Amino acid sequence: MTFTRFALRRLAEMAATLLAASFLIFGAMYLAPGNPASFLLSGRSASPAAYQAINDQYHLNDPFWQQYLRWLGQVLHGDFGRSIEYRTPVSTLIGARLPSTLLLVGLALVLVVAVGLALGWIGAVRGGATDGAILVGTTFAVGTPSFVAAVLLQGLFSVELGWFPSGGSGSGFGSMLWHLTLPALALALYLIGMLARVTRSAMLEAMGHEHVTVARSRGVTERQVIHRHVFRNTLGTVLTMGGLIVSTLLICTVLVETAFSVDGIGQLLDLSTTTKDFPVVQAISLIIVGIFMLVNFVVDLLLPLVDPRVALGARGATG
Amino acid sequence: MTTTPAKTPEFTLDVRGLRLQLPGAARPVLAGVDLTVGARETVALVGESGSGKSLTSRSVLRLLPPGATTEGTVAVQGEDVLTMDAKQLRRLRTHTAAMIFQDPRAAINPLRRVGDFLTESLRLNAGTPDADATERAVRMLEAVGLTDRVLRQYPGQLSGGMLQRVMIAAALMGDPALILADEPTTALDVTTQAEVVGLLDDLRERFGTGLLFVTHDLGLAAAISDRVYVMYAGRIAETGPAEALFEQPRHPYTAALLRSTPRLDAPAGRLAAIQGQPPSLREELTGCLFAARCPFATQVCTEDLPPHLPVPDEPSRLVACHHSDRLADQLAESALHD
Amino acid sequence: MTTALVRRPGLARLRLSRNRTGRPWLYLLCLGFLAVVVLLALLAPWLSPHDPNAVDLGNALAGPSASHPLGVDGSGRDTASRLITGARTSLLGPLGVVVFSTVVGVVVGVTAGWRGGWLDSLLSRTTELVFAFPGLLLAILIVSIYGEGLIAPVVALGVAYLPYVSRLTRSLVLAERKRPYVEAYRVQGHSGLQICLRHVLPNIAPVVLAQSTINFGYALIDLAGLSFLGLGVPALTPDWGRMVFDGESAIQSGYPLSAILPCAAIVLTVVAFNVVGERWADQVARRDR
Repeated sequence: MTFTRFALRRLAEMAATLLAASFLIFGAMYLAPGNPASFLLSGRSASPAAYQAINDQYHLNDPFWQQYLRWLGQVLHGDFGRSIEYRTPVSTLIGARLPSTLLLVGLALVLVVAVGLALGWIGAVRGGATDGAILVGTTFAVGTPSFVAAVLLQGLFSVELGWFPSGGSGSGFGSMLWHLTLPALALALYLIGMLARVTRSAMLEAMGHEHVTVARSRGVTERQVIHRHVFRNTLGTVLTMGGLIVSTLLICTVLVETAFSVDGIGQLLDLSTTTKDFPVVQAISLIIVGIFMLVNFVVDLLLPLVDPRVALGARGATG
Repeated sequence: MTTTPAKTPEFTLDVRGLRLQLPGAARPVLAGVDLTVGARETVALVGESGSGKSLTSRSVLRLLPPGATTEGTVAVQGEDVLTMDAKQLRRLRTHTAAMIFQDPRAAINPLRRVGDFLTESLRLNAGTPDADATERAVRMLEAVGLTDRVLRQYPGQLSGGMLQRVMIAAALMGDPALILADEPTTALDVTTQAEVVGLLDDLRERFGTGLLFVTHDLGLAAAISDRVYVMYAGRIAETGPAEALFEQPRHPYTAALLRSTPRLDAPAGRLAAIQGQPPSLREELTGCLFAARCPFATQVCTEDLPPHLPVPDEPSRLVACHHSDRLADQLAESALHD
Repeated sequence: MTTALVRRPGLARLRLSRNRTGRPWLYLLCLGFLAVVVLLALLAPWLSPHDPNAVDLGNALAGPSASHPLGVDGSGRDTASRLITGARTSLLGPLGVVVFSTVVGVVVGVTAGWRGGWLDSLLSRTTELVFAFPGLLLAILIVSIYGEGLIAPVVALGVAYLPYVSRLTRSLVLAERKRPYVEAYRVQGHSGLQICLRHVLPNIAPVVLAQSTINFGYALIDLAGLSFLGLGVPALTPDWGRMVFDGESAIQSGYPLSAILPCAAIVLTVVAFNVVGERWADQVARRDR
C-alpha cells in the first residue's frame, strides 16, 4: 500500500520532469537566431515550397504553446516528425538504426557490470599489490574518454593485430557481435573504472562494520562473509549508479559509433547535428533523457528490495 | 579427522599465560593473562576501557586484530583455540563458543532478516537443513521471550532490547558450552539492561553453559557472577569470589574502582575518580603497571612486577600487589567510604 | 529526495584509498605535470618549433626527425607544435566551464542553502531536470542550434556542471549554518550576507575547489569529444580532440604516432586533474575530522 503510493509519487515526479525536459528540447529551436523556419531550413534551398512544407509540419504560424502541445501529442504516439535531411519519418530512421545501438549498449553494459564489480571486489578483498594495480588501472580508465579508447583499441586490435574489424556493424547476429566487440570495450572502459572504484570503496566501508566481525565470530567462512555481508550491503550503492551508467553509455555512443562507423543512433545524432537536421536531434535527445529517467525510476522501485531500510524510511518520509 | 580423547576437561575455558602483541606497540596489550571459567559458572571480567578485557574475550574466538601475535594457550573444552586449523575454528565458533556483542544494532546486518541471522551459521557451516535450523531458531526465540514473528522482520523493525534478545538467541543456536558476553548491556537503556542480565542468567542455568561476562560495571559484575577477575593494563590485578572480592578488595585498583562506583546500599558520599590515565601502549613499563596511579606505591612497586599470590586463608583469591597484606584493612575501609 | 539522482559519484565515493598519506609523490608528480602543461599553453607561440598549421603534404606521416621531434600528421603538420598550441584551446574551454559552473553554482547553492524555502525547492527541481541531460548531450543540442564553435558548448557544459557545484555548496552551507559560530555572529548583529561572505564562504571554499578541479578533467573529456566529432573548435584550430580525429585515419594507415600523442596528452591531463582534486578533497576531509 505505502509502496504503491511511493511508486505513484515517483511516477508523477518523473512525468513532470520529463514534461519539462520535452519543453526544453522543443523550445530550444526558438533560441536560434532568426525565425524557426529559416533555422530549420538552414543551408538548404529556401524555396517557397520548402517553407510551405516546414510550416505544414510545424504549424509555425500557430501560437507557441499550440505548436508544443501538438508536437508533444505526436511524440506520445511515436511520431517524431520528418527528417529535413532525409525526408523520411524520424521514427523510421531511428528504428532502422536501433538494433546496432541496442546491441552495442547491451554488450557494454554487461562488460561494465561484470568487470567493474569483479575488479572492485578483488581490489577490496585482496588488498596489497593487487589492489594497488587495480587502483592504478581504474584511475587511468576513469581518465580515458571513450573516443580515445576507441581510436587506441582500433589501432592495436584491428590495424596492428588484425583480430577485429576496424569499423561497420556487420549483418547477422554473430557478425554484429564480432564487429561490436571493440566499440563495446571502448564504450565500457570509463564506466568500468568508475564502477570498480565505487564498488571497492563501498566494500571497504562495509567491511568496517561490526556485523561483519560478528558473522566471522559465528564461524561463517570468509567467502560467505564477503558475499553475504560485505558485497550484499554495497548493492544499493551500485544500484543507484544505474541511471548514470545507462545515460553515459547512450550519449557516448555518439563518439564510439562515429569512431567505428557503426550505423547506430549515435552516429545519426552526430550526422544530424552536423547537417542541422533538428527533428532528429530532438527525437534522440528526448529518447536519451527519457531512458535516463526510466532507469532511475526502476532503480527507485528496486532500492527498497535491496535495502529494507529505504522502505522503512520511505514509509513516513515526504521528500 | 579425529578429535582428542574424550577426557572431560576441568574448565570450559582455560586461558594460560596469554600474551598478545600488536605491531607498533611498546609493550604487549595482554601481558600474561590467566583465567578460567568452569562449566555452568558465571565469571565476570572487569576493567576500564583499554584494559584488554574485550581483547581477552575476543581471543577466545580468535578474533584478533590484524598483525597480532600471541603466546600462551586459550583452551575451550580442552582444545587450544590459538593453534586450531580453519575447520576446527569454524566448529568452535559454530558450536562450542558464542559471543554476544555490545551494540546489537551494529552487530546484526540491517539488510538481512532476523531469521537469516539466526540460522545462517548452522545452515552454512553445520549443513543443518533450513527447516531444522528454523525450528531451532523458533525455540531459541521463545527461550528469550520473543515470538517467531520476528523471523520475517528486519533488524530496523525491532527495538534495541529485542535485538539483544535476538543476539542471545543467536548465541544459543549452536548449543554452545561457553558464552562470551562483551558489555552486552552498555548500549541498552536502564530498564532493558536488567531484563537482559536476568535473561542471560536464566539461560545459563537452563542450557548449562559457562558465561564470561565482560563489563566495566562493578555493580553488575557483583550481581551476576560467581567469580570476578579485575583487569588492569593487560594483566589480571586481582581475582576471587565476587562477594569476598567486593567486601574486601586486596588490590588498590579494585578498591579505587569500587570507590568510583555508585552504590545503592551505602550512604551517598562523593564518588572518587581514579587519578591519572591508564598507561599508553606506546610506553614501556617496569614494575607494577598501576604504580603511577596508586596512592600506596613505594620504591619496590616501580621496580618489580608483583607476582600473583594467594591471599592468606582465602586460597581461591589471587592478588598481584606487593602491599596487599599490609593494606588489607585500609583498602576495605576505603572501598566503603570515601 | 531520491538517491538515484547521482550522475557522477561525488568526492566521497571516489576516494583512492582511506589513508593515502603515504603517497605524496604521485600527487606532486601530477601537480608538476599540470604546471608543465599550463606553462606550455601560456608560452605556446614562443615554444612551438613550427607553425602548427603549416601543411607539408610531401612530408605527410613522417616519423620523428631532427626538425620534427614528434613527427608530423597526415597533412604534414608538426605534431609537437600542434600539441603545444592545442594545449591552449584544450585547457581554455574547460577553464571556462569550471569558472562558469563554480561562480554561478556557488551563488545558487549559497542562496538556496541559506534562504531555504521555495528557492531551495525550485533549485532541487531544476537540478533534477539538468541531471537528466548528460553534459555532452546538452552541448550537442546547443551546437545543433548555434553551429560549431567554442562558446556555445562551453556555456552548455557550464550549465550541465552547475548542479554538481550548487548541490555540493548547498549541503555544505546547510551544515555550516548549524554551527554555533554563525548564531554567535548573528547575536552580535552581523548580517546574513556578512557572515556568508566572511566566514561561511572561506570555510566551504576548499571542498568546492576540489570538486571543481575534478570537474575540470570531466569538462576536458567532454569538450575534446565534441572536437573529435568536429562539433567543437573550428577545424583548423589545433586541439587535442581534433588531433585524435585527424590521427584516426593515420592509425588506419599504420602510422599510430600522430594519434597516440594527443590521446596520451588528454589521458594524462585528466588523470592529473583527478588525482590532484581527490588529494585536496582528502586533505579537507582529514582536516575536518
